[in-house]
Amino acid sequence: MSMSPFSMPVSWPKLSRSSPPKPDVSHNVILYIEDLSVSFDGFKALNNLSLYINDGELRCLIGANGAGKTTLMDVITGKTRCDSGQVWFGQTIDLLKHDEAAIARLGIGRKFQKPTVFEALTVFENLELSLRSAKGVWSTLFARIDGEQRDLIDQVLQTIGLTHERLRPAGVLSHGQKQWLEIGMLLVSQPRVMLIDEPVAGMTAQETEHTAELLTSLAGERTVIVVEHDMEFVRSIARTVTVLHQGSVLAEGTMDQIQSNPDVIQVYLGETP
Amino acid sequence: MKRSLSSLLNTWAEVRRGGNTITVFVAVLFILTVLASFSNLMLPVDSAFHVSTYTITLLGKYLCYAMLALAVDVIWGYCGILSLGHGAFFALGGYAMGMYLMRQIGDRGVYGNAGLPDFMVFLNWDSLPWFWLGMDQFWFAMLMVMVVPGLLAFVFGWLAFRSRVTGVYLSIMTQALTYALMLAFFRNEMGFGGNNGMTDFKELLGFSLSADTTRVSLFMITALLLGIAFVCSQLIMKSRLGRVIVAVRDSEARARFLGYRTENYKVWLFVYSALIAAIAGALYVPQVGIINPGEFSPINSIEVVVWVAVGGRGTLYGAAVGAILVSYAKTRFTALVPESWIFMLGALFVIVTIFLPKGLAGLIRGKAGSEDPGSDPGASDSRGSHRSGATPAESRS
Amino acid sequence: MRRVWRSLFAITLGACLVSAVYGQTDVQTDDPAPLVEAAGAESEIQPGPVPEPAPEQPGLDALLLQLTEASLGEAAALIPRLEEQGGREVLPLFSAMLANELVFDPETRLLYVRTEAANAMSVRDVFSGEPAAETLNIDSLQRIRLNNRLRVLLRDGIARISLFEGTDRQREAAALNMLSDLNESNLALLREALADEEDGSVRAMIEVGIAMNLLVMQTTQEQRIQAVEVLRGRLENPVRNLLASLQDPSGRNEQDPLVLEAIDEALESIQTRIKFFRFVEELFYGLSLGSVLLLAAIGLAVTFGVMGVINMAHGEMLMLGAYTTYVVQMLMPNFINYSLWVAIPAAFMVAALVGMLIQRFVIRYLNGRPLETLLATFGISLILQQLVRTIFSPLNRLVVSPDWMSGTWQINPVLSFTNNRLYILIFSLMVFFALLMILKKTSLGLQVRAVSQNRNMAKAMGIRTDWVDAMTFGLGSGIAGIAGVALSQLTNVGPNLGQAYIIDSFMVVVFGGVGNLFGTLVGAFTLGISTKFLEPVTGAVLAKIITLVFIILFIQFRPKGLFPQKGRAAE
Repeated sequence: MSMSPFSMPVSWPKLSRSSPPKPDVSHNVILYIEDLSVSFDGFKALNNLSLYINDGELRCLIGANGAGKTTLMDVITGKTRCDSGQVWFGQTIDLLKHDEAAIARLGIGRKFQKPTVFEALTVFENLELSLRSAKGVWSTLFARIDGEQRDLIDQVLQTIGLTHERLRPAGVLSHGQKQWLEIGMLLVSQPRVMLIDEPVAGMTAQETEHTAELLTSLAGERTVIVVEHDMEFVRSIARTVTVLHQGSVLAEGTMDQIQSNPDVIQVYLGETP
Repeated sequence: MKRSLSSLLNTWAEVRRGGNTITVFVAVLFILTVLASFSNLMLPVDSAFHVSTYTITLLGKYLCYAMLALAVDVIWGYCGILSLGHGAFFALGGYAMGMYLMRQIGDRGVYGNAGLPDFMVFLNWDSLPWFWLGMDQFWFAMLMVMVVPGLLAFVFGWLAFRSRVTGVYLSIMTQALTYALMLAFFRNEMGFGGNNGMTDFKELLGFSLSADTTRVSLFMITALLLGIAFVCSQLIMKSRLGRVIVAVRDSEARARFLGYRTENYKVWLFVYSALIAAIAGALYVPQVGIINPGEFSPINSIEVVVWVAVGGRGTLYGAAVGAILVSYAKTRFTALVPESWIFMLGALFVIVTIFLPKGLAGLIRGKAGSEDPGSDPGASDSRGSHRSGATPAESRS
Repeated sequence: MRRVWRSLFAITLGACLVSAVYGQTDVQTDDPAPLVEAAGAESEIQPGPVPEPAPEQPGLDALLLQLTEASLGEAAALIPRLEEQGGREVLPLFSAMLANELVFDPETRLLYVRTEAANAMSVRDVFSGEPAAETLNIDSLQRIRLNNRLRVLLRDGIARISLFEGTDRQREAAALNMLSDLNESNLALLREALADEEDGSVRAMIEVGIAMNLLVMQTTQEQRIQAVEVLRGRLENPVRNLLASLQDPSGRNEQDPLVLEAIDEALESIQTRIKFFRFVEELFYGLSLGSVLLLAAIGLAVTFGVMGVINMAHGEMLMLGAYTTYVVQMLMPNFINYSLWVAIPAAFMVAALVGMLIQRFVIRYLNGRPLETLLATFGISLILQQLVRTIFSPLNRLVVSPDWMSGTWQINPVLSFTNNRLYILIFSLMVFFALLMILKKTSLGLQVRAVSQNRNMAKAMGIRTDWVDAMTFGLGSGIAGIAGVALSQLTNVGPNLGQAYIIDSFMVVVFGGVGNLFGTLVGAFTLGISTKFLEPVTGAVLAKIITLVFIILFIQFRPKGLFPQKGRAAE
């Protein structure tokens, strides 16, 4: 791993033409999360959590294990039903009324904590399936990949450094490569909002740096929400950081603000209240 | 000699690389079919190469089994849905064909009643039940061969996949489905001949079922339809749809987060698979001459799964090879030592699942090192973790 | 290794405890089990303390001697004298004579009862019920002859003796017997008996008889209405028949509209009660089916709930348990009554051993591949079935029910519980709670629960998950073996015994919610009861189909069953 396998693209392809209903972001907020509560067998994973994400923002979510970061992502992407609360995509789209597939088609993409790729398919096929295109049964039966899509995939392959692995089954990739492939799948699907759960776990310092660059370059055009434990990494990318604690927002602000926040210090340094 | 051999091997490799195993397989199937048919009809009975009509019928039966195995492979090998109830679709297709053949008997039955099948006369029924109407029309009966099992598969699949029933739950549900149907068809009141089912068929579209030419034709039609089913399945699996199906098998949740309504894919494939099974059943009945509720019994369905497991899941041709090999073994061994067959079948289940998870196709493939997406079901996670140590440098070379 | 043996020991001990406690309840429930049977039908068993054949009453012996020599006419004269002399003691004699089973040895002039049942002839002493001495020449025995006049005399004699001198139950039964043929002499007896009778239910029965008589006699309207009042709600068949015949317009012998109205009402109240008891009876059959399902399913619930693999050979564990019962009975043919106590631990051991072998040699290699496990265990089930067919033949084997398992518990004329079903119901609950205790209180149980909740964490904590798996499998299979013992008392024991239960058991587990034993309990009884209530309406086969379809639909709406496990672990 002496030589970096990555090369940065000069600019990102514009959002593709075939797009589903766009969120109304006239108030500059793309995700409204209000009074969200989820409990598992009495354990409150989310407790009246409220959070607003601006369009084009790069937001970092931090918090101890069990603070509710992953559960929050699960609710946004439709995996988990909430007990009460609201989640709106822009002004008009109520995400709680949609299932996972519909939410994905609306343009909310997700990368999981544990990399999940389709192991029996090749790297290329993994990316192909992630393309933003018609996803009905009959349309996939007759789907053909066009030049533009192929270019996009090639470009992403370069970004994630897997150009030479394109025809290998994803199952034989290393853990780090699978992380990259999953990021690649997210890129190919060109989502409006990206939810990224622990992107740099298991990555080398160099790869981490590359990921940081990638994520910052994505923000602006897309909204990026990152959950990460690696504070160095968070510091390197974050503009706004939200601290979750026991299912609700403990603090929000820049990294410096957070680090001097007395509540955060209390929770993290273990000083009992 | 050596050169021709290596060129032959090259061609084979070429064919395999192009994913054309199926083309070869279908070609072999057609050639053997034509040869067997020819030798039955054209060669004299005492010729060494004469294939008896009995053998032709037996082969036809095997091809029906191969088709049924193909149906199970499509759904299990590629989509990871282990159906223990495909025998139900096979039997329903068979029953639809059986009803048509029953009506063709006309007044040649034991009771000589042109309007009612014998078993209905025997039960003192005075008119045909509504669901028998139209079954004397070939086109309508053939429509029913497709519609009834297709509809059942659709309703069952829609209910099951929509509520995300997966894994062993789904398997047992399918088994319960075929079990319930078996109980139902055993009832005389159902109007399908109860215990005895339907038999004593005379002719199909006016051709006598006992004639050699009819038998050979049925055999050839079976081979043709099997070939078509193979090619269709291969095309599906090579399309993006096929890749989505494999994706659903490997990580359904991930596929959903990419925007695929996985339940729709599963229902679609389940119906497609049920239709193949139903057609196989419809071809089976005129060749063996009987259909009874025993076809619904859970053990029949689970035997099909073993054919596929033996041949190798997710390879299409493996399913057919497995079906033919195991059925042939069954024919031979039940004739020799009837009791031993069940022991062998049971052992086959255990051996194949433990020692040969990829079946015979896996054995051959293991040497060739091919990377067909369908070739690696179930064990994929273990493979992923085993080889995760491979460095990027290695993989790029 | 030591821990394993200790755990195995704990399980076996648990099984033995179960059987021991089971034994106790048996004694408790057996005791009050009443035997309301017509006194005339009882031949050999002498109820109550058996009096000695009374050598101190030479009069009776002399009479008996005369009986062997008497002509039919002389016998008629002897019978009232016997009754006078012997009283309650001659009941078995009269019963045997009435049943045409009374014989005597021409040499010794001693009387015996000769019964023929199931091709076996048994000769017993009339009074003690002891088998006759081996030296007795059975072929030379002569029958005491009988004619209609004697029959009437005997019947009356039996009725009289029972009515005046029997136990409470015998007196009540005697009165009940008289209801179906009320005549002058019977009525006189009843009235006479009523005067001295102290027992409430016997009095009530006698009053019913008198009231029935009043109804058909030319009595006043008021008397008859009162008589109807007495008959209200009585479940005895003769009462119902009488009221119905009085009400029937074609053969009506009751004209008075007021009385008729009372009769209508009385019949209605009787019908309501009958309906209620029929309901209770159906409920009982439902509970009984539920108990069988519970026994069959809890073993599966353990293996499926803990290991997430479905053992398709589970049904064959039931079968092995049933065959173990059969073998145990073959080994101890003279102790059939005790064979079940041996069979229960034996069946547990056999099934547990086979289960552990399956786990160690097959399932272990298929870890994390539930579908393959399903297939492999199905193969094993085929092998086990064929093995049993080869060893024992494909035909059903007969497992004898011990005496204490047979018989019924008659609550009233329309409601009775068969003992075997009752015991199995109790037994299933005991097994269930014993299992619950094993899982809650023993260290094996703790480990099992730990593994089922988080296998990797359990492994990290030093729990040997592979051995826990083997023990779990042994436990689940062993319980199935015990269930097989219970099943052998209800159904035929054949190689296919288990097959019928695997789908049902799985349905119960899924319906109740995987990983929740109480769910399995509720699921088993719900399915059992609903099936039994469906059956009279739809027929057995359709009821089964409806139940299956219902569960298929149910799973659509609650994929995790009635009592799902919640939380992230359940994902």
